[in-house]
Amino acid sequence: MKIEDEKSFDELTDKEYKYGFVTDIESESLPPGLNEDIVREISRRKEEPEWLTEWRLKAFRAWQKMETPEWAKVEFPPIDYQALSYYSAPKQKIDAPKSLDEIDPELLETYEKLGIPLREQEMLAGVVAVDAVFDSVSVATTFKGKLEEMGIIFCSFSEAVKDHPELVKQYLGTVIPTKDNYFAALNSAVFSDGSFCFVPKGVRCPMELSTYFRINAANTGQFERTLVIAEEGAYVSYLEGCTAPQRDENQLHAAVVELVALEDAQIKYSTVQNWYPGDKNGKGGIYNFVTKRGHCRGDRSKISWTQVETGSAITWKYPSCVLKGDDSVGEFYSVAVTNNMQQADTGTKMIHVGKNTSSTIISKGISAGRAHNSYRGLVRIGPTAENARNFSQCDSMLIGDRCGAHTFPYIDVSNPSAQVEHEATTTKIGEDQIFYCNQRGLDTEEAVSLIVNGFCKEVFRELPMEFAVEAQKLLGISLEGSVG
Amino acid sequence: MALLEIIELQAQVEEKQILNGINLSIQPGEVHAIMGPNGSGKSTLSNVLAGNESYEQTGGNVLFDGADLSELDAHERARAGLFLAFQYPVEIAGISNMYFLKAAVNAIREHRGEKQLDAMEFLDVIEDKKKLVKIREDLLERAVNSGFSGGEKKRNEIFQMAMLEPKMAILDETDSGLDIDALRIVADGVNALRSPERGFLVITHYQRLLEYIVPDFVHVLVNGRIVKSGGKELALELEEHGYEAFEGAAV
Ligand SMILES: Nc1ncnc2c1ncn2[C@@H]1O[C@H](COP(=O)(O)OP(=O)(O)OP(=O)(O)O)[C@@H](O)[C@H]1O
Ligand SMILES: [Mg+2]
Repeated sequence: MKIEDEKSFDELTDKEYKYGFVTDIESESLPPGLNEDIVREISRRKEEPEWLTEWRLKAFRAWQKMETPEWAKVEFPPIDYQALSYYSAPKQKIDAPKSLDEIDPELLETYEKLGIPLREQEMLAGVVAVDAVFDSVSVATTFKGKLEEMGIIFCSFSEAVKDHPELVKQYLGTVIPTKDNYFAALNSAVFSDGSFCFVPKGVRCPMELSTYFRINAANTGQFERTLVIAEEGAYVSYLEGCTAPQRDENQLHAAVVELVALEDAQIKYSTVQNWYPGDKNGKGGIYNFVTKRGHCRGDRSKISWTQVETGSAITWKYPSCVLKGDDSVGEFYSVAVTNNMQQADTGTKMIHVGKNTSSTIISKGISAGRAHNSYRGLVRIGPTAENARNFSQCDSMLIGDRCGAHTFPYIDVSNPSAQVEHEATTTKIGEDQIFYCNQRGLDTEEAVSLIVNGFCKEVFRELPMEFAVEAQKLLGISLEGSVG
Repeated sequence: MALLEIIELQAQVEEKQILNGINLSIQPGEVHAIMGPNGSGKSTLSNVLAGNESYEQTGGNVLFDGADLSELDAHERARAGLFLAFQYPVEIAGISNMYFLKAAVNAIREHRGEKQLDAMEFLDVIEDKKKLVKIREDLLERAVNSGFSGGEKKRNEIFQMAMLEPKMAILDETDSGLDIDALRIVADGVNALRSPERGFLVITHYQRLLEYIVPDFVHVLVNGRIVKSGGKELALELEEHGYEAFEGAAV
C-alpha cells in the first residue's frame, strides 16, 4: 500500500461532508456591509440598553483602526467585511415559541439530521440542558426552570441582556477587552447572540450545559458571544458543539468566549468543533477565528479547556487561562485534526500571575492530506508567580507525506522559582502499522481510526462521556479516506 | 480441495523480482514447513499471501479455500481466515493489546455472521486462550507490542492466532528469538490448534522447532523458488549440510 498514491487517495477523499445541507427558512437579514449605522441597527433590533450600544460602537471604532493579524501559520484571501451581512434571524423570533411544538418543523428536522433531536433531549430528563443557537437567535431553551430553582442562569445572551443586565454589565469584556485583537473587536461590535451562564456562590451545576451552534444563512458571519461566570465555590461543566451545512462561499466565524472563576470555583469548558471544512480542494469551508479566555480570579479556582477540533477550513484559536488567584489551576487538552486543505493554528496561553499556580497543556495535532496543523502555545510565568508550575506535551501525528505539523512553544519565565517542562513528539502512521491491523481483520479506515483514537486518548478522557463517544466518531469521519 | 493452492506465483517488491514461480499445495489439516537462506523470499511469500500492497504479484495464482486471493484486500483475507504471525510484529502506541484484539475478533466474527462479543464474553474467551500460550496479564493491558521484548512479541502473535482461530496460519520465524521454554510453549500452542480443518505454513531456520511442531512436508526455498520438497527428515539434512548444494541450482 502506498499512502502517497495520488489516485486512490483522491478516490477516497471524495466522500462528501456528511452534514452538508441547507435549511430553507426565511431570514430577516440586514443588507451586507458594516458601518456605525449597522452596529446601531443590530443593537436596536435586539432592543439593547444604551450602554451596550455604546460598548459596541467603541469596539467598532477600535476595530476600524486594527489590522488582520498575520502571525498565524494560515493562508487565506483577504476577507471583504463589507460583503458580509451581520444579522440574520429566523422569522419566528417575532412571536417567540412557548415550546418545541411551536418551532418550525424544518428547523427541528435540521437538528435531527445533525443528530440532536431536541424532543429526545428534553426527555433525557436532566442529562443535558440545551440552549440551541440557530443562526443568530436562540430558538429553544430547555431545563431552564430546573436550573432557575438553584439560582443558575443559563440562557441566550440576548435574554441575559434583558433579564440580568447588571450581571452582563459587570462581567462583559472584563476577560477579553473589546480591543484585545482584531476578531474580538469585530465580535464585540456586531455579536448577534450566544449563551450566558451564571452559577451562584456554592452551587454545583447538576448537569452538563450544552449549546449547539449552527451556521445557516449564506453570507452571514457568525459572531457568538459566550459568558460563563462561576461564583465562589461554584462548579459548572459547559459543552459546546457545532456542525454546519455545506456552502460554497467562505463563512466567517469569530466567536468570543469569556470565563470567570471566583474563589474555589471550577469551570470545565468542552468543545467539539465540526464546522464545514471545505471540499477536498479547500473550496468553501468556515473560517473559525475564535477568542476564548478564562480568568481564574479567585484563589484555588480552576479552569479546564478541552477541545476537539475537526472542522473548519481555517482554525485560529487559543483558549487561554489567566491564573491570577493563588493556587489556581489552568488546563488545556486539545485534539486538532486537519485533512485535505484544512489549516489549523491552535494552542493556548497560560499566564501565571498568582503564587503556586499550575497549568497543564496536552495538545494532539493530527494532519492528513495536504493539511497543516500548528500548535502555538505561550507559557508566561510572571514575576509575582512564586512556585508556578507548567507541564506541556505537544504530540503530532502525520498521515501521509504531504501534510505538515508545526510546534511553536513560547516560554517566558520571570520568576526563578518556576518549574516549566515541555515535551514534544512527532509520529507517523506507518503503512506497516496499517497492514498489521489489516492482517488482523480491520479495514484501513478502522485501523486509522483505532490508531488515531489511541493517540488522542489522554484528551478524550477529559471529555464528558457522551461527548467522548461523539468525538471519537467525528475523528473517524474527518479522517475517512485519508489513507489510500 | 486444497486449503491453499499456490500456482507459479511470481512477485516483486520495489521493482525487484523476488518470487520466481512458487508452487505449493496445502490440504486442510497439514503442516508445511519452509526453510531457506536469508533473503530467499520467505517473508516476501508470506506478505504476498497476506495481501501486503507493498508487494506486487506479477504472475501466477493463489487460491484460498477456492477463492482467488488476488481479488481480496488484506483485511478481507484476514476475515476469510488467513492469519500471518509476523517475523517483525509492529508496535502501535496508545491502543491496549486487549482493545485491539477485541476490535479484531469482532471484525472477524461480523464477517462470519456471528454476533459481536461484549466485554464480559470477550474476557471469558481471553481467559481460555491465555492459558494456551501462558501470556502475561500485563502484556494484554499494554499498548500493542509497545516495548515488548522480541520473545514477548512472538508469543503475542501466537496468542492473537489462538484468539482469531484462522483456517490457515502462516508463522514467519515465530521461533526466532524465543528462549527454550517459550519455544515449547509456542509450539504447544500451535499443536493445540492443529485440527483436521486447519492448515499451517511454518517458516523457520531451525529444525529444532520442527521437533516440536512436526511437519507433514518440508520445502526448501532458494532464490524465490522451491527447489526441494520432502518429509520432516529433510530439515535434518539441511541442518547438516546447509543450503550450499541448492544455491547454484536455483539461479
Ligand atoms: N521493501 C523492500 N524493499 C527492497 N527490497 C526488499 C523489500 N522487502 C524485501 N526485499 C528484498 O527481497 C529479498 C527477499 O526478502 P525476504 O524478506 O522475503 O527474505 P527472507 O527469506 O524472509 O529472509 P530472512 O530469512 O532473512 O527473513 C531480500 O533480498 C530483500 O532485501
Ligand atoms: Mg523473513
